[in-house]
Amino acid sequence: MLKVEGLYTEYPNERGEIVRAAQDVTFDVPEGKLFTLLGPSGCGKTTTLRSIAGLERPRAGEISVGDRVVYSSARNVFVAPNRRGFGMVFQSYAIWPHMDVFQNAAFPLEVGERRLSRKEIRDKVERVLKAVQLDELADREATKLSGGQQQRLALARALVMEPQLLLLDEPLSNLDAKLRELMRFELKRLQRELRITTVYVTHDQSEALALSHSIAVMNEGHIQQIGTPREIYERPRSQFVADFVGTTNFLDGTVLGRGAEPGHFRVRTEFGEVEVLSDDDLRGNDRVVLSVRPEDVELAEERPQGSNVWEARVDQKVFLGEFIDFQVKLGGRVLLSRAHPSLRTPTGDALYVKLHPEKCVAFKAA
Amino acid sequence: MQAGHPAMTAAAPFTLRRSFDWKWVVIWLCVAFTVYIAVVPLAFLLWQSFFTPQTAAKAAVLTLDNYTSAYGSSETLRLFWNSLKFAFGASLFAFLLGTALAWMNERTNTPFKTLFFALSIIPLIIPGILFTVAWILLGSPKIGILNLALQNWFGLEKPLFNVYSLLGMIWVDGLHYSPMAFLLMTAAFRAMDPSLEESATMSGANIFQVAYRVTLKLTWPAILATLLMLFVRAIESFEVPALLGLPVGIHVFTSAIYQAVHRYPSQIGLASAYAMTLLVMTTIGVYFVSRLSSRGSKYATMTGKGFRPRRIDLGPWRWFAAAIFIVYFLLIVVLPFAVLLWSSFQRFYSVPSWQALHNLTLDPYRFIFTYPNLARSVWNTLILSFGSATVIMLVTSVICWIVVKTKLPGRWLLDNVASLPMVFPGLVLGLSIMIFYLNFDIGIYGTIWIMFIAYITRFMPYGLRYNTTSMLQIHKELEESAAMSGASWGTTFRRVILPLLKPGLVAGWIYVMIVSIRELSSSILLYSPGTEVLSITIWELWENGQYVELSALGVLFILALFVLVMLAQWLGKRFGVKE
Repeated sequence: MLKVEGLYTEYPNERGEIVRAAQDVTFDVPEGKLFTLLGPSGCGKTTTLRSIAGLERPRAGEISVGDRVVYSSARNVFVAPNRRGFGMVFQSYAIWPHMDVFQNAAFPLEVGERRLSRKEIRDKVERVLKAVQLDELADREATKLSGGQQQRLALARALVMEPQLLLLDEPLSNLDAKLRELMRFELKRLQRELRITTVYVTHDQSEALALSHSIAVMNEGHIQQIGTPREIYERPRSQFVADFVGTTNFLDGTVLGRGAEPGHFRVRTEFGEVEVLSDDDLRGNDRVVLSVRPEDVELAEERPQGSNVWEARVDQKVFLGEFIDFQVKLGGRVLLSRAHPSLRTPTGDALYVKLHPEKCVAFKAA
Repeated sequence: MQAGHPAMTAAAPFTLRRSFDWKWVVIWLCVAFTVYIAVVPLAFLLWQSFFTPQTAAKAAVLTLDNYTSAYGSSETLRLFWNSLKFAFGASLFAFLLGTALAWMNERTNTPFKTLFFALSIIPLIIPGILFTVAWILLGSPKIGILNLALQNWFGLEKPLFNVYSLLGMIWVDGLHYSPMAFLLMTAAFRAMDPSLEESATMSGANIFQVAYRVTLKLTWPAILATLLMLFVRAIESFEVPALLGLPVGIHVFTSAIYQAVHRYPSQIGLASAYAMTLLVMTTIGVYFVSRLSSRGSKYATMTGKGFRPRRIDLGPWRWFAAAIFIVYFLLIVVLPFAVLLWSSFQRFYSVPSWQALHNLTLDPYRFIFTYPNLARSVWNTLILSFGSATVIMLVTSVICWIVVKTKLPGRWLLDNVASLPMVFPGLVLGLSIMIFYLNFDIGIYGTIWIMFIAYITRFMPYGLRYNTTSMLQIHKELEESAAMSGASWGTTFRRVILPLLKPGLVAGWIYVMIVSIRELSSSILLYSPGTEVLSITIWELWENGQYVELSALGVLFILALFVLVMLAQWLGKRFGVKE
């Protein structure tokens, strides 16, 4: 549905230097799916979104929605944002303080090219306000809304003109933690119900994992990896992705040879030989980096069955309620492990560490 | 912006202008208007100062004579010296007075502080010409009430003081503008985070070390900027030098320009040469003020934590401070207004006495209400101030949108061009506009339109400042979300930007309206019979020696301005920023 191809953007900063924001950004969003651009600040995700919106003009590339080209450097097409007909929710919500809730939501219908009757506008606005559960507050001044309500209103305003494409620019980042989790569910429910094609920008990996059909992780203007949330989390393809999405342990190692199963390799690390999984085509003596999620570092007081088991010592532990973080010393290395709070091994005592081969992901060292 | 839908452009290649955008028409019109208004008269003034006067017999020729005659004489040196003495004196006096009051108000527990509020509106409601006239009635050696009263009480033979002197000029001008110093220094004191001082105290510094090494060093940019602004304002001052200096031959640049124009035949070249000097002085001043305030970010002491600084307990001295304040209040408000009120009920001007009390009359008011010029000048004043306030606020809203919200190259230049009239003293502006439209005859010379142009030029920077302050608070996304909703630029501007700009727009509109109503120094060179405004009518009454009638008009004028300012305060509260 949405197709972005070879997008390059750059803009001059305060000192007049050219900042390269998006570099060769290419992706596809199928009809009805939620696609997330995830990355640290300054990675080019917002610029990419604003280019799709038409609020920024890229240097090169092509953007099309369905069979309508909204930007193409080759054909010299640039459709102004107000003629693209996309809905957008801004980070600040951008609720107009001089209008009430109804007026805010009705604005896109009043200024659009299609002339609607008063009654049509009223019907549409009431329907959309109901969808975001603001129908009771239609007459309220926009400034008297709470953060969550403003967020819903911004969403309603973006949806009211039934856009082909919905663009969300960090829509949850201005909410407090509790509300953010609640709105995450709301947003997901609404998107799945309306089946509206959505591009979502965030720097919060848990939001991205929770909401998306598909995620593109970006860094320094480039897309690092595109995949489903599970692929991104469990099979990161680079050190950056593994590090940015979730917490992880990195271990350096050298490839010894292929493992028993396809895609498995044997790797020598500081504390011994580890069986790992890799999507890269690794050869003997390649220097690699292993990534192991803390929850995949299994701890046990009894020696577990199978391979990839070592004896370790508890260095420190932090009780966090729903789980307990152990730092265990394995040879010269400290590994972080997230364990069930029922594990009560005292600091300084010995225990066993098991790394499941499927959960140790290796990639070539940079 | 190029045409959108590829299918559409292909199908209708000749309707490519479909996307012809009104945005650029409006933007270019506003830019052209601003540049024309702000730059053209100035350039022409500069040009003209190098020419001999054009007469029917002789065309104007290029010459340096104006400058040589202006700078060749020892008269000019005296003029320069007088101007400096007057401006330094008045600005320093206003600064010391204003700073002391600001400190009393902000940092001590002086009683009656609510009266300080009045200080912020006095310069707005008592126009310079009325303040000066009131002080003539108070301090003139012959008819000054204060002089006569004091002579009476102490049995002196000679009057105690004389406003017709350099010191008198400094006294009146400095007094009138001390509220401006008060406001500027109050802002400086407020912007200062008291924890900076407190942490110096905690580091072991005593009160003098704190004052010198922290307070003074942090506020010095504000102090310097305030002094410079007051200096620029004093050197532009026209009413005081004209009314107090000219009768006794103390000339400064402004009054010299006025005289050069009103001499017969008028020496416009000479006036231009003087005007250029004045312009250079004000430009340097304004340049340094803006340098100081842009560098101010280094000294930005605003933290946004709204805690009040600790107030110094003056103990019994607070009554002394209150007394100072009450005396000040008498000098700046009560006495000037009282003397105007008194003389407005007299048939002929006379000093208050039992006998004069029996002669109270409403005649001056009757005279004023039947004065043939009154209705016309009130009407002209209202039309001019209403019109210029409206035009200024609308044009500058577009200008400041360009400056604040776009990334168009050269937008900083536009900002500076629109702020350029800030450096024009009113009289210089009047002169340059007069010369320009005398030479460039489009039929507006001698009409009300020329004054309209002068007012717009003169007050455009104020409108721009008010709008910019408001515009900076409008988040970029509020506008972008309108575009995403499908609104065109015009719709966005009308339905989103202008309503959100309203606090600045309304405040600026009222301010421009009020300062236009009191405008004198540009109008005095541009008015002609039929286009008088109120301040000109007052000026004419003074020239004719009709003091009691002038007083009556002055009293009414001040009352009207007072009502207007109160209305403005009320409107300002109602349309205050909602967010």
